[in-house]
Amino acid sequence: MTQTQRLNQVVKTVSAWPIYIVGVLPAAWLFYQAVSNNLGADPLKALEHQLGEWALQLLIATLLITPLRDLFKINLIKYRRAIGLLAFFYALGHLLTYLWLDQQWWWSAIWKDITKRPYIIIGVISFLAMVPLAITSNNLSIRKLGPLTWRKLHQLTYIVVPLAALHFVLLKKTWQLEPILYLGVGLLLVGYRFWRKRLA
Amino acid sequence: AKPLDVVKSEYTVDGEITPRDAAVTYNNFYEFGTGKGDPLANAHTLTTDPWSVEIGGLVNNAGTFGLDDILKDVTLEERIYRFRCVEAWSMVVPWIGFSLSELLKKADPQSGAKYVAFETLYRPEEMPGQKNSRFPYPYVEGLRLDEAMNPLTMIATGMYGEELPNQNGAPLRLVVPWKYGFKSIKSIVKITLTDEQPPTTWNLIADNEYGFYSNVNPEVDHPRWSQASERPIGGGLFAKRIPTLMFNGYADEVASLYSGMDLRTNF
Repeated sequence: MTQTQRLNQVVKTVSAWPIYIVGVLPAAWLFYQAVSNNLGADPLKALEHQLGEWALQLLIATLLITPLRDLFKINLIKYRRAIGLLAFFYALGHLLTYLWLDQQWWWSAIWKDITKRPYIIIGVISFLAMVPLAITSNNLSIRKLGPLTWRKLHQLTYIVVPLAALHFVLLKKTWQLEPILYLGVGLLLVGYRFWRKRLA
Repeated sequence: AKPLDVVKSEYTVDGEITPRDAAVTYNNFYEFGTGKGDPLANAHTLTTDPWSVEIGGLVNNAGTFGLDDILKDVTLEERIYRFRCVEAWSMVVPWIGFSLSELLKKADPQSGAKYVAFETLYRPEEMPGQKNSRFPYPYVEGLRLDEAMNPLTMIATGMYGEELPNQNGAPLRLVVPWKYGFKSIKSIVKITLTDEQPPTTWNLIADNEYGFYSNVNPEVDHPRWSQASERPIGGGLFAKRIPTLMFNGYADEVASLYSGMDLRTNF
């Protein structure tokens, strides 16, 4: 048995539900650290940025599942829903941190941000596009929508990920390597879908 | 850092002084990295002794002056100023220093001098952020001469009763409390009086976002965020946003410098 087969064997025995529990622990830990003033001089930004970055990393992870199966025969598809829902959970945490702790429900300022500032607009679009995906991430929705429609809908991910990365790129005062790498990897993974489709 | 002998001054503000711990760990000093903690982590490599400042251009007493030379005729005083970053956070800092005008008077500006240009040290072997950077180093800043001569404008050599830590711009830096923080150039090695408006680093990088004046102004937003309010640093996760004041609360002292100017175009 090859390494890959062994890994796929393990995947068969390990269910997805612990991901939800383990997955929310970092958020809880981070929030606790922020409240107890252990995240440096600006705990709000540390919390806000870290939640956003984890959301982005999880989003990219959801896009990695298919190429891993295609190219390396590693099948992690049973974990994709959990990872995607966690990504949504972190994005929601990121958004709530912005609304509550950063802007402090100051709606006039928030409205101006949402209507005027490109990086915020892009972030909001990315988040809104995730909402229907999170709502339909269950078996009942797949049955109700039919697998084809459901799959079409979930191709929204191909927009969500690059926009989330672009949101990160644009908020920096200068062009910085880290956010650009996320954007590059995100675009590569979306590009892979189109390339694969053309071959098919 | 070494404690400094200082006299108190009349300059103070309402509101709590930012904890020293926050002011020396949360810094923008891209010469040592772009993260807020990078300057603290990397600035220990900076040699600040010996240090000299070259003063030249349209002055009658040009020359290169050692730090001791510069400090021997001035009285160091403590001034508590509001400090407002263009990123919409703020601190209240007890600086130690003296008015820039004292230094400029000694240099004796010629009648044609209209602006003052400042330059930060360029020493990539000690300032890792200067290596392989597309940033146009050395960092440069500038003021109009009347802004530079305003008594509020100070050269700081210390804060919180001690010499400036490297990450805060040792051994001497500018502090212009009614302007966004990036105008308060750090670790100065060169001061030049000119008749033309000098280039300034952030303006060179993005002239639509950072103007020459960069006065704190709650009515003129940064293109990517509002400047109407600010988050005080050091107050923890639930610190309340506070409204940003025109000229950062120094309107009485400096508004007249800009009378008749459209502050939207001269941002």
